[in-house]
Amino acid sequence: MQLAVKRIIFFISVFLLWELLIRVMSVPAVVLPAPSDIFLSLKESVADGTLFRDLSASFFRLFIGLLLALFIGSALGILLAKSKTADETLGSVILALQSIPSIVWLPLAIMWFGLNEKAVIFIVILGGAIVMTINVRTGLKNISPIYIKAAQTMGSKGLDLFFRVMLPASVPYFVTGTRLAWAFAWRALMAGELLSTGPGLGYTLKYASDFGRMDMVMAIMIVIALIGILADLVLFRRIEQKVRMKWGLEQN
Amino acid sequence: MFLYLKNICKSFENHGKKELVLKNIRLRVEKGEFVSLLGPSGCGKSTLLSIIAGLEKPTDGAVYLDEKPVIRPGKDRGMVFQQAALFPWLTVEENICFPLRKEMKKKEALAVAHKYLELVQLRPYAKYHPHELSGGMQQRVAIARALAMDPEVLLMDEPFSALDEQTRMMLQQELENIWMETRKTIIFVTHSIQEAITLSDRIIVMGRHPGRIIKEFSVNIPRPRNEYLHEFSAYEKEIIQLLKLEIEKKEEVDSSYAVSS
Ligand SMILES: Nc1ncnc2c1ncn2[C@@H]1O[C@H](COP(=O)(O)OP(=O)(O)OP(=O)(O)O)[C@@H](O)[C@H]1O
Ligand SMILES: [Mg+2]
Repeated sequence: MQLAVKRIIFFISVFLLWELLIRVMSVPAVVLPAPSDIFLSLKESVADGTLFRDLSASFFRLFIGLLLALFIGSALGILLAKSKTADETLGSVILALQSIPSIVWLPLAIMWFGLNEKAVIFIVILGGAIVMTINVRTGLKNISPIYIKAAQTMGSKGLDLFFRVMLPASVPYFVTGTRLAWAFAWRALMAGELLSTGPGLGYTLKYASDFGRMDMVMAIMIVIALIGILADLVLFRRIEQKVRMKWGLEQN
Repeated sequence: MFLYLKNICKSFENHGKKELVLKNIRLRVEKGEFVSLLGPSGCGKSTLLSIIAGLEKPTDGAVYLDEKPVIRPGKDRGMVFQQAALFPWLTVEENICFPLRKEMKKKEALAVAHKYLELVQLRPYAKYHPHELSGGMQQRVAIARALAMDPEVLLMDEPFSALDEQTRMMLQQELENIWMETRKTIIFVTHSIQEAITLSDRIIVMGRHPGRIIKEFSVNIPRPRNEYLHEFSAYEKEIIQLLKLEIEKKEEVDSSYAVSS
């Protein structure tokens, strides 16, 4: 409660100071809009439905991309953890790909899929799948040997051992992988939309910027940040925390 | 004879050097017997237990259970580790059902689980998750889990050594009661002399470099043994003397101790 109060006071004072400075120094809105302008344009885009339309378009791409990324990432992660040959060959490629921000694939993706949704979804998948792969692989490789031994003395082996012990034992890594995949996918999606076509939050942001509507640009930036924070802190971190506690990886 | 270890040898390759960890272990255990393996750290007690469990292969020699050679882990040998090794994603009762799920229906498995939870006095905690239990309670669940699959032999690797003194004494008492009730064959690893004397029919004292059996004691004190302080301390003295000799001897040898093949 204390913390929440502190934060609210902090943000209110920042906005008040900002508003005040802009009024006093009469900064033009193209350079930096006042919080009140940003709020007005946010209200406007909610009222005329554009925000909702953009959000649903963006979330549709994110949902498809993230789902495929999680699926592909899990499959690849399991493959790398189980097959030494795959790990030594494909694994090194994936580690190398990790250091390329997925957005730099966009020119190629546009060549392959055209200037459309598919290219953006491709970038989203690429962004999410790689972190998911790496986390799932790490999770399966780091299972405490005591679980495996205990299961073996209880007659478990092969697929039974894999599905009843190894997979559940690495659930915390699946969860962390999902959280990171979401973060990467969300960033990739915004970059992709900014550079390709709409509708979508990123596209509208670029559109507003082309018309010098910096109030609109900042309104969308705030929406992007809010969604990021909500998903990360409120959803994923909580699930992660719960799972890690239950799995005995963290004391409360 | 029931469990027979025939000339077990085990060596590990460490940093390119071969180290003989167990040398020529020969041991017979009768059905229903409570046998302790006692010895200094590093003498190969855990390794020997893993070999009996089938988790490790001996370099030489073999383990026979009911005349059949042991080649892999199996449900006829239950194991309790130093850490409880419960699966944190399952509840207490699901943990106990883990080894049962293939051979019986869920309902029957749960009934068995509850019976053994009763035995370790944790029936009210059936629906808890392991992280909600204390270390001692977790270890009792692990014992219940091993017993629930009705093994021929129960292998226990320092099951109480991570616990505080009171809990430890309580669980020793409980284990003794369980053993008297079920008459399971138990092989119990410990480095506590008192624990070994309190619980076992027979104590196998081991030495190291290489790990081998130095002496066997039959403990002929009526149970419960805490009432026979005099006899108890006689055994205690003898074993302490034996281990002291072993450790002193080792200090001379340690410096010159090289790798044997
Ligand atoms: N997987 C392994 N690889 C190499 N060396 C091993 C391995 N397992 C055990 N050893 C060696 O074997 C020796 C005996 O180990 P072990 O764990 O069986 O001893 P212990 O009697 O159980 O000791 P403690 O009382 O400390 O548990 C040690 O010197 C150890 O370094
Ligand atoms: Mg040990």
